[in-house]
Amino acid sequence: MLLKDQAGLEALRSGLIAGPKPTRRLWVCGGPGCLASGAAKIQEALVREAKGQGLNFEIEFRADLTGCLGLCEKGPLVGVEPEGFLLEKVALADCPELVFETLRHGRPIERLLAARDRFKSHPFYQPQVRQITRRFGQTVPGSLTDYLKTGGYKALGLALTTLSPAEVSLMVERSDLRGRGGGGFPAGRKWASCRLAPGSVKYVLANGDEGDPGAFMNRSLMEGDPFSVIEGMTLGAYAVGASKGFIYVRHEYPLSVERLNRAIQSAEKSGLLGRNILGGSFGFSLEIVEGGGAFVCGESSALMASVEGREGQPRVKYVRSTEKGLWEAPTLLQNVETWANVPLIVENGHEWFKGQGTSQNPGTKVFCLVGQVRRSGLVEMPLGSAIRKLVFDVGGGTGAGRSFKAVQIGGPSGGCLPDSALDLPLDFDNLSSAGAIMGSGGLIVMDDLSCMVDVARYFTGFLMGESCGKCSPCREGLTLLYRILDALCQGRGRSGDTQKLKKLATLLSKTALCGLGQSAANPLLSTLRYFEAEYLEHENEGFCRAGRCQGLFWPRIDQELCSGCGLCRKACPAQAISGQKNKPHKIDLANCLSCGACLSVCRFGAAKAARKDS
Amino acid sequence: MNSVESQVMVILGARPREARHLLAILQEIQAAFRYLPKEALLIVAGALGISAARVFSVAGFYKALSFTPKGERLLTVCQGTACHLRGSGKLIESLQSRLGFKIGQSSSDGRLGLESVNCLGACALAPVATVDGAVHGHLTPEKALELI
Repeated sequence: MLLKDQAGLEALRSGLIAGPKPTRRLWVCGGPGCLASGAAKIQEALVREAKGQGLNFEIEFRADLTGCLGLCEKGPLVGVEPEGFLLEKVALADCPELVFETLRHGRPIERLLAARDRFKSHPFYQPQVRQITRRFGQTVPGSLTDYLKTGGYKALGLALTTLSPAEVSLMVERSDLRGRGGGGFPAGRKWASCRLAPGSVKYVLANGDEGDPGAFMNRSLMEGDPFSVIEGMTLGAYAVGASKGFIYVRHEYPLSVERLNRAIQSAEKSGLLGRNILGGSFGFSLEIVEGGGAFVCGESSALMASVEGREGQPRVKYVRSTEKGLWEAPTLLQNVETWANVPLIVENGHEWFKGQGTSQNPGTKVFCLVGQVRRSGLVEMPLGSAIRKLVFDVGGGTGAGRSFKAVQIGGPSGGCLPDSALDLPLDFDNLSSAGAIMGSGGLIVMDDLSCMVDVARYFTGFLMGESCGKCSPCREGLTLLYRILDALCQGRGRSGDTQKLKKLATLLSKTALCGLGQSAANPLLSTLRYFEAEYLEHENEGFCRAGRCQGLFWPRIDQELCSGCGLCRKACPAQAISGQKNKPHKIDLANCLSCGACLSVCRFGAAKAARKDS
Repeated sequence: MNSVESQVMVILGARPREARHLLAILQEIQAAFRYLPKEALLIVAGALGISAARVFSVAGFYKALSFTPKGERLLTVCQGTACHLRGSGKLIESLQSRLGFKIGQSSSDGRLGLESVNCLGACALAPVATVDGAVHGHLTPEKALELI
């Protein structure tokens, strides 16, 4: 139905909220992790089973896929409404029982029960503030009906009827919202600059080219609440005077493209996109541009080049893109998560927005907590929360028998922070002074089995492959750095390598053309800053204390700690480990490959890496 | 019109002939042929009124595009950080040696291709890989080979 004005929008919303509701709803997590473990099949099976048990669809029940419920480690997850149960590790075989017990009688299945009150008391959820992710678990992604029922498009209705474009822009300026894509640049400054830039044609752009490994917050947002990005962009277009926008989506995210497209189409049909939005004179259309699998396209000028149909190479920014961006027109580019914050600010006001986070870093941020942590998942926290809270309270710390070593924050442009940095507040400024960056918000926890030289080699190798090749400091510098790091990891390090790495990395940071090149040495520089001893051990002794670099250590089994569980014996590819059940095991070094398989399976911290000459 | 030309014309017909759609057009050609035939690229250049050099340069820039045919079925191993920490490097090494070809290459009969991707966002299930788009988690070389 085509909405002609704000009154029509609000009438529709009231009608939808007052309308009939099914007695019980099941929300199957449709996040990337749960989908990978078969969530879509479980949702289908639940509907089929419920119909088979005689339940009336829409009246007695519904079972839908929803946005990411966060606790990926325990997926597939299912939320139950209205009781508020959260069920974990649901398998196809559980579906008949789930329908009979939970859907029909409102009783949880104890063995699957993660929480009775969904997102409240479970340690994973308790410290979280679910603001951007609030619709995950209570709407069908891309359903306009569900979006409206949960307050969607209130902000746009309000803006178009009561606020001038300048007033909308001012609200964002006053909110002190900072760009969620990485650098934390004040969003309001961009808005004001683009709004005031001369030109009759302007563009708004969303960066959904989430290329950082270990990051899926943008994907979860585009797939979990696509309308929030669309509404945010519509507000941005109204504020700066743009009539056309593009969402640039990473090539590897076909489901994001599908859900965004479906949302765009239904917004168009309802008069919330297109000409004469809500019956007024403001018009705005949106288009999806799919990336081509190039990490550098997450950089703003490269992204714009790619939207124009050219190679995604960055340019030198003498002129800001808010003045001359896409096709030389003033362009407002923000990360998708930044856009999703906009409707909240416009609806609730900038003072409300500042109620979360810190004065310089207001609001919340969505993080991906992954790596060697007990509870991996998608987490939303107020900015300024201590890193420790995230890693230990939410994530539950490292696995059995392992100890925390570092947390890598901010993707390939970020850095590795040691335990001494755990009490730092997670915000844009503190992270960058510690040598990391917020980046898009990926936190990768590393335990004592992670070698920091290997981690630096991994990121340097990643960036070497993704360097666009335009400027030589990045193109040649990363190759040189990689060669040295690779030699160190293989025990071919030469005296002075660590110093050489420092010099080259500093040179790269100072001379590269774009932000990606300038930050490309961060993983290396931060590991050098906090873990230089490990570099020197590789260089001088050919020793890897983490037991990661093959051949640079001998594994030893601590006879006092070994429980004789036999896991290492089974894991050893060379059959070099022997021992009787429940008795301490031994390694025959004559057959040992020094591969580290025994170290990674030991749950008691008994298998350790030792120097070869010890 | 031969078959390449007719298929490219269908793809070109789906959207306005503007240079900004070049990447999207090339992706559709890639999807249709599993690579970018030279002939197709020349047709695209002519239709969009841009130089062949620009078309080839864009085609060479993006990883999703390829000048040589990709395998009919694709095994794509994730090389994200979480997967790296949980052993994707060893998984890839082992797959390469057992299959006899490397990441980015295909089997000699063109049936199977081995690819890598920077992150699939299923980090809790690391190491992961996709087979023809479907994600599989907690992989070992044995499990990965069973999938194909």
